[in-house]
Amino acid sequence: MYRKKIKLMPILFLLPSIALLLVFIYIPLIQNFYNSFFDFSVFSQTKTFVGLENFKVLLTDKVVSVALLNNVKYAIISVVFQVGIALVLAYILEDRIFSKIAPFFRVVYFIPVMISISVIALLFGFVYNPQMGLLNSFLELVGLESLAEVWLGNSTTAIYAVIAMSQWQSIGFITMLFIVAIQKIPKELYEAADIDGAGKIRKFFSITIPQVREAIFVNTLITITGSMLVFNEPYILTNGGPGFSSMTMSVHLYQTGFVKDNMGYASTLAVIIFILTALLALIQIRLSRTGKDD
Amino acid sequence: MAHFTKTSSKVRKFRIGEFFTILMLIAFAIVILYPLIWMVISSMKSYDEIYNDVWGLPKTWIVENYSLAWSKGISSYFVNSVIVTGATIIAVLVIGSMAAFALAKYRTRLIDVALIFIIGGMMMNPQVALIPLFTILSSLELINTHWALILTYVAYRLPLTILLLRGYFLSIPKELEESAIIDGCSEFGIYRRIYLPMSIPILLTTVVLTAFFAWNEFLFATIFIDSESLKTIPSGLMNFRDALRTDWGVLLAGMVIASLPMVALLIFLQKYLVRGLSEGSVKG
Repeated sequence: MYRKKIKLMPILFLLPSIALLLVFIYIPLIQNFYNSFFDFSVFSQTKTFVGLENFKVLLTDKVVSVALLNNVKYAIISVVFQVGIALVLAYILEDRIFSKIAPFFRVVYFIPVMISISVIALLFGFVYNPQMGLLNSFLELVGLESLAEVWLGNSTTAIYAVIAMSQWQSIGFITMLFIVAIQKIPKELYEAADIDGAGKIRKFFSITIPQVREAIFVNTLITITGSMLVFNEPYILTNGGPGFSSMTMSVHLYQTGFVKDNMGYASTLAVIIFILTALLALIQIRLSRTGKDD
Repeated sequence: MAHFTKTSSKVRKFRIGEFFTILMLIAFAIVILYPLIWMVISSMKSYDEIYNDVWGLPKTWIVENYSLAWSKGISSYFVNSVIVTGATIIAVLVIGSMAAFALAKYRTRLIDVALIFIIGGMMMNPQVALIPLFTILSSLELINTHWALILTYVAYRLPLTILLLRGYFLSIPKELEESAIIDGCSEFGIYRRIYLPMSIPILLTTVVLTAFFAWNEFLFATIFIDSESLKTIPSGLMNFRDALRTDWGVLLAGMVIASLPMVALLIFLQKYLVRGLSEGSVKG
């Protein structure tokens, strides 16, 4: 009697989680692969099997190449700012000399992370506004009005304006992750370097970077994954425009599925996004497990 | 203190460097803060004032923009967000801690499989599931209800939450529960009377991370909810903007109201947030 009870408990405890994951994560994933071989629209539930037709369309879809390129731009710029600069910022904020003022800066840099992306994007609508926008007004104020631009309405600047907003919002997040990583470095290492007369820059390259190697790797993975998935920022600021110059894969997926009601092809785009991100996630999971599992 | 004197001669040499470093930190803080301060100040200006005098302070501080924003729609979005966020937090805590308890306490083949199944969920992202989720929720007749958001939010938060909680549960000493079993405590009793009370810090971390996610989630909130009266803040703000057209002061007031709960959360529960971020680094 008692033995049986013990075996039943873990199943009961796990059941709700397993059920939710099954219905809302695993079945949709399989369903999506299945859907990518069909042609259908959201309200007529008749699906026409088209085989690999959707994947052929993919190869000739001009929007896909622009979107993928934009995702790659997003990734590269984000790695430079959110991994490179955030690491330097974290190092500075963890420096003993700044220990009095660092908590203030830490909170300030982190505030945008906590604010909803829709608020941030609406706010940057004001920043980039061509008539009264903060950015153009500022350029005018410092005598650089020649650089003023219709930031979101120009097909060459739109995607960079969107990316810039993301850097503004997310740099504090990665900085915080690096601060936590730097705090775990044994203090003796820095003390020994002090005795050897190493300067700050020297210590950064020969102690901090090697010691937070794993954090650098993980944060790079997170940043690249985020860049491959990015939806909210371009959707709200530009809706992928002008034309499809600031399109990303997720926005393309949304528009194909929910605006043009071409669900089959949208599922194919989702397959591509899954392939792009699942591998990165797998590496990250493996890495976090080696550290934590007993 | 001793270290400080040891290095202070070196410190002096770097005075100019430090000075520029501080200037840089301040400049960056201004870049971050200014747009936010501008948002708060301009939320009390009229359209003409915002348009013609971007940098200036309002001549009269129009505090009524806030009550207008609240009555013109933000109140309903706010209540919806509180309902969805609250329900998501409670469900994630209860369901997640139960699963984490089973995963931390038992060692069988089935448990190993369950663990892999749950961790595997982290590979998925909402974008990929969007279309199938829409059809599944439609067939369950849950589209355009709060349940569409609550159920999906819970499902997508569970893998990370369970992993965080399991890690913490594993560190609880086994002796505690052994003595509890001798005292006649049931399995459920061990979960409720020993594991949960001992894990308050990590449970708070879960609350903060889940709150942050559910309050700000945009994609599902936009696609699964159509009716104005059920929208949460992130998707509602888009309608709010379209409805107001040029009533910028009111729009900005709405944006400030939407941001306040999470900024408050950051200031009061910073410690728990940082712990969660460092242990389960997944972007919101």
